[in-house]
Amino acid sequence: MEYFLQQVINGLTLGAIYGLIAIGYTMVYGIIGMINFAHGDIFMIGAFISLMGFLLLGLLGVGWLPLTLLIVLIASMMLTAAYGWTVERLAYRPLRGSFRLAPLISAIGMSLFLQNYVQLLQGARAKPLPPVIEGGFELMRRPDGFTATISYLQILIILLTVVLMIAFTFLIQRTSLGRQQRSCEQDKTMAALIGVNVDRTISITFVMGAALAAVAGLVYLMRYGVIDFFEGFLVGIKAFTAAVLGGIGSLPGAMLGGLLIGMIEALWSGYFSVQYKDVAVFGVLVLVLIFRPSGLLGKPEIEKV
Amino acid sequence: MILTVDNVHTFYGAIEALRGVSLEVDEGEIVTLIGANGAGKSTLLMTICGNPQARSGQIVFDGETITRTPTFQIVRKGIAQSPEGRRIFPRMTVLENLQMGALTSDPAHFDGDLERIFALFPRLRERSGQRGGTLSGGEQQMLAIGRAMMSRPRLLLLDEPSLGLAPMIVKQIFEVIEDINREQGVTVFLVEQNAFHALRLATRGYVMVNGEITLTGTGAELLSNEEVRAAYLEGGH
Repeated sequence: MEYFLQQVINGLTLGAIYGLIAIGYTMVYGIIGMINFAHGDIFMIGAFISLMGFLLLGLLGVGWLPLTLLIVLIASMMLTAAYGWTVERLAYRPLRGSFRLAPLISAIGMSLFLQNYVQLLQGARAKPLPPVIEGGFELMRRPDGFTATISYLQILIILLTVVLMIAFTFLIQRTSLGRQQRSCEQDKTMAALIGVNVDRTISITFVMGAALAAVAGLVYLMRYGVIDFFEGFLVGIKAFTAAVLGGIGSLPGAMLGGLLIGMIEALWSGYFSVQYKDVAVFGVLVLVLIFRPSGLLGKPEIEKV
Repeated sequence: MILTVDNVHTFYGAIEALRGVSLEVDEGEIVTLIGANGAGKSTLLMTICGNPQARSGQIVFDGETITRTPTFQIVRKGIAQSPEGRRIFPRMTVLENLQMGALTSDPAHFDGDLERIFALFPRLRERSGQRGGTLSGGEQQMLAIGRAMMSRPRLLLLDEPSLGLAPMIVKQIFEVIEDINREQGVTVFLVEQNAFHALRLATRGYVMVNGEITLTGTGAELLSNEEVRAAYLEGGH
């Protein structure tokens, strides 16, 4: 029981990170129908910017933890968002109206470019970050001494994710900006006819996705303590799997998918074998694609007449 | 003239959809454009809105050339369109569709404008929480016109509002178009295959064949014209 509880807590934390990244995949897919394969690398860049932020604030002698976290969070979100905006502007917008495969290939190219760009600037070795937040609550103790704990960092990750997701859902469902995004997702021609600046709305979507990926990068860095230029690939593909599992194009689906993928990975690692956790995750991707290609909450593709 | 279309040529790839179209709409008029399927009527409405843009020729709205104005800015000039196929946002509620229509207008007008649309189309009030995609064809057409009106246009472009609707509903919609023109002073440019209704309503009309204007006159003149009768009215309505 203690052991199971511990895996669930770990799974929740991991799922929160995947969920934050998955939203970027699903929103971009919803609005322009392409898989942004560079999104995982945007996450990696968010983690690097966070790392630099921590080091810089350390050098400047900013010691109060909440302030440090807040500054790093905001700076990382803004700078990473600028990367997201630039990627769309340079690599995808010029290809709009081109054949369907073109932006996809461009995205793969952008992904490789960003990896090599960071490798060139930061080196190939993994960069460590000393623990920023330590300690936690002891939840349950087994007679043999195993204890289930939830760390302060895990609480922070889960809370931050919940708050962001609520804010985000509100933004999409209830604000004019959110309606504009949904209108572009449903019918870009009509959206333009009633005055929506479609290009700008697509840019904003990339900016929002990148900002959430930056949050994921920050908390990932704090939880695992290292980041390297290639880290975005695997994490990105898993978040993509989460988006597909939940139903690509669906926001609640991305959150649910992230949670499930995090749980599967944690429970598989806890009860079967850590070495094969990726096999478990991608096995799920294969099963979803075969048996329920529209995902858990996705809408089935219906050909418009 | 509120709208002047001067020698406009529009292409889809290599296909010339409009071959030098010229026409005029005066403030306060209802002008109709009739023609067979594929004549280029919808293309003309979309060209006025800049999607696609005219390859040559000129479109002037209220003294300002808008031939190269981006589509999303056209509505800010005062032109709204209820397009071919209605294009309701299917996964938004009726209210959200109307809110989208009001995107470019002053929020202070929203409540009053909404009431006016609900007064014109009481059905929309009943359905306001329902998703656009679940509405019947007639309700979708009402919503498309309502959405266009929410931007407070000076010129309303309507693309085949009667298509596929029961005669009762068609009658109702044409009454509303007349009301919008008379009571609210909105100029209407109406594209129709249903020539009989359209010509009776319109002050003037144009006939389009294969991307060219072939005939023009008042509604009554065109209604009694032999060619028009043979091509668009006999057995048509």
